[in-house]
Amino acid sequence: MIRLEKRPQPSRAWTVAAPLLAVALTMVAGGLMFALLGKNPVDAIRTIFWDPLFNQQFASYSRPQLLVKAGPLILIAIGLSLGFRAGIWNIGAEGQYIMGALAGAGVALALYPLDTWILFPLMVLAGALGGWAWAMIPALLKTRFRTNEILVSLLLVYVAQQVLASMSLGLMRNPEGGGFPGSRNLQQYPAAANPELFEGTGMHWGVVAAFIAVIAAYVLLNRHMLGFQIRLTGQSPRAARFAGVDTNALVLFCLGTSGALAGLAGLFEVSGPAGQVNIDFNVGYGFTAIIVAFLGRLHPVGILLAGLLMALTYIGGELAQFMLGIPAAAIQAFQGMLLFFLLGVDVLSNYNIRLGRREIA
Amino acid sequence: MNRRTLLASAALALGLAGTALAQDKTKVGFVFVGPIGDGGWTYEHNQGRLAVEEHFGDAVETVYQESVPEGADAERVLTQMALSGADLIFTTSFGYMDPTINVAQKFPNVKFEHATGYKRADNVGTYSARFYEGRAVQGLIAGHMTESNIIGYIASYPIPEVIRGINSAYIHARKVNPDVQFKVIWAYTWFDPAKEADAATALIEQGADVILQHTDSTAPQAAAEKAGNVYTFGQASDMAEYAPKPRISSIIDNWTPYYIDRVQAVIDGAWTSDDTWDGIGAGMVKIGEITDAVPAEVKAEAEALIEAIGSGAYHPFTGPLNKQDGSVWLAEGETADDGTLLGMNFYVEGLTGEIPQ
Repeated sequence: MIRLEKRPQPSRAWTVAAPLLAVALTMVAGGLMFALLGKNPVDAIRTIFWDPLFNQQFASYSRPQLLVKAGPLILIAIGLSLGFRAGIWNIGAEGQYIMGALAGAGVALALYPLDTWILFPLMVLAGALGGWAWAMIPALLKTRFRTNEILVSLLLVYVAQQVLASMSLGLMRNPEGGGFPGSRNLQQYPAAANPELFEGTGMHWGVVAAFIAVIAAYVLLNRHMLGFQIRLTGQSPRAARFAGVDTNALVLFCLGTSGALAGLAGLFEVSGPAGQVNIDFNVGYGFTAIIVAFLGRLHPVGILLAGLLMALTYIGGELAQFMLGIPAAAIQAFQGMLLFFLLGVDVLSNYNIRLGRREIA
Repeated sequence: MNRRTLLASAALALGLAGTALAQDKTKVGFVFVGPIGDGGWTYEHNQGRLAVEEHFGDAVETVYQESVPEGADAERVLTQMALSGADLIFTTSFGYMDPTINVAQKFPNVKFEHATGYKRADNVGTYSARFYEGRAVQGLIAGHMTESNIIGYIASYPIPEVIRGINSAYIHARKVNPDVQFKVIWAYTWFDPAKEADAATALIEQGADVILQHTDSTAPQAAAEKAGNVYTFGQASDMAEYAPKPRISSIIDNWTPYYIDRVQAVIDGAWTSDDTWDGIGAGMVKIGEITDAVPAEVKAEAEALIEAIGSGAYHPFTGPLNKQDGSVWLAEGETADDGTLLGMNFYVEGLTGEIPQ
């Protein structure tokens, strides 16, 4: 008989080993699935985890792409993790991402064809403000009327998508676009573009911002009073109130920060890799970032690694699709397995596994 | 020669041998916007891919990627495909236009073919089909079949191709049924079965008894089947599993001859960038079987229309036609030029509602 015994403290060794074990288990289970599909499992696993990093043909391109893909995920997830630690659930980062992109791109498009260095910093500011303002809606409703921020922030995603569609078809539509939806391409608007900072590295301002956010969040959580208040509120809201934590201010701070970071991610994406405001500009970074936040254990360094791992499975998954003809659905199932095992083996860090009968005390 | 240079030259020799081997086989890539099992648009493009494989056998290798979002992700997928040694890449959705152009700049030796777009380069050609010819036939049948005189239309994005389809269907429905009304829902997606089903249900609840769609899944067919007395048309693919009712006919995109032709051109070294826009006459657009649910005289009328369009005797946009605001577009007997059709951003007279902007 197998029993689980709660550890008094999470095991440090298992906290480190669990993700590795999860990846190993995913390879076994995923390999089995690929074998059932009639593909060589070793090839498939190698294509997903190894080729994007080390394959001669692809790696010089796909390694930088890891940063491009992971950048927005990390930036958004860092913001979300602050709130999640305090028990404040912002599920609407996707909407804040859209609004940040619209606000930032709006500044650039309104001033087109202004050519001055100050434009990009202005866009960055507008992007952060756009995301912040969108997140303030659930924040103010929560502090004023005790509405549920999960529902409000989530539903505002769909509102933001409608605003996005309307902007791409109306106000922000490219007047030289021949009647097609979508704004001007910001990549071709030098003062507003967010290009690679060093050719061939994938490093754009959004990736820089993600790294800064990781460091800032680390310092905040470990060295700052506010970080302590966030952790305390998450662990024991009652104790936090007794300790004099202003919960309303904390809600405003957490939702505001995560909104601003999501808005920044949107701005950097729309002015960089995506290039233009268009109806399907958003591809789900705001939702995937929730997974990244939890995968990284809500810890800044963990989130950094989780974001990179997530990006690796995306890019490796794409390679596996067209190199080996593995269906897209199987790749998604594989990604799902990874999350499943990662969360599943968490049990090992919080519990001891005992074999045999329970002794009678 | 020290050991390092020896190794390097060995690696170089191996690499050269590798490229020489790769050159024996022409590698053709396809980027799809939906899953290959969507039963519509992407399904037909994949049929074309399979036909290429069958036609050329060992001389050609094809690779593909499904459900690629239109945007930054498409650019990465295309780059990786080009890096993997593809000689020719078909990008099969409108939203891949800018990514295709961007990647093509970086790989001047790789040929690209972008479906339904308007931007070309030395190594980027475009191709599309005159779906509006098929829409004319659909409109005629729909105008006859509707009893409520309300025809529902699930539109995808407000781009000229989609607007052209609505206009063409409406003109020919009104010709046979002056009381007909079109209700258009913009779904802002090419493939999303849940949204498409919602749109179909909403249209049916508003009294539509014929549904036309410009989205790729069979979800509207299923919704119509559930609702009972509603007719639909297969979109992009035959969707024959819903025949004889609700699906009473279909527009089939037949990419096979074009794909084989273009791959052959690459093999022969004769590929040049161009713009292809073929219709019923060239066989790129086909009309699927008109089922027995349609009365024989309507079927005969539809077949005569197919014949007239195919032979070039009749153009679906022939005047007199006015724009929605009442201004004259085409005078009596005048036909629309391709330039206007390619940039069409207005409804014809009689259509209600506005194109979103």
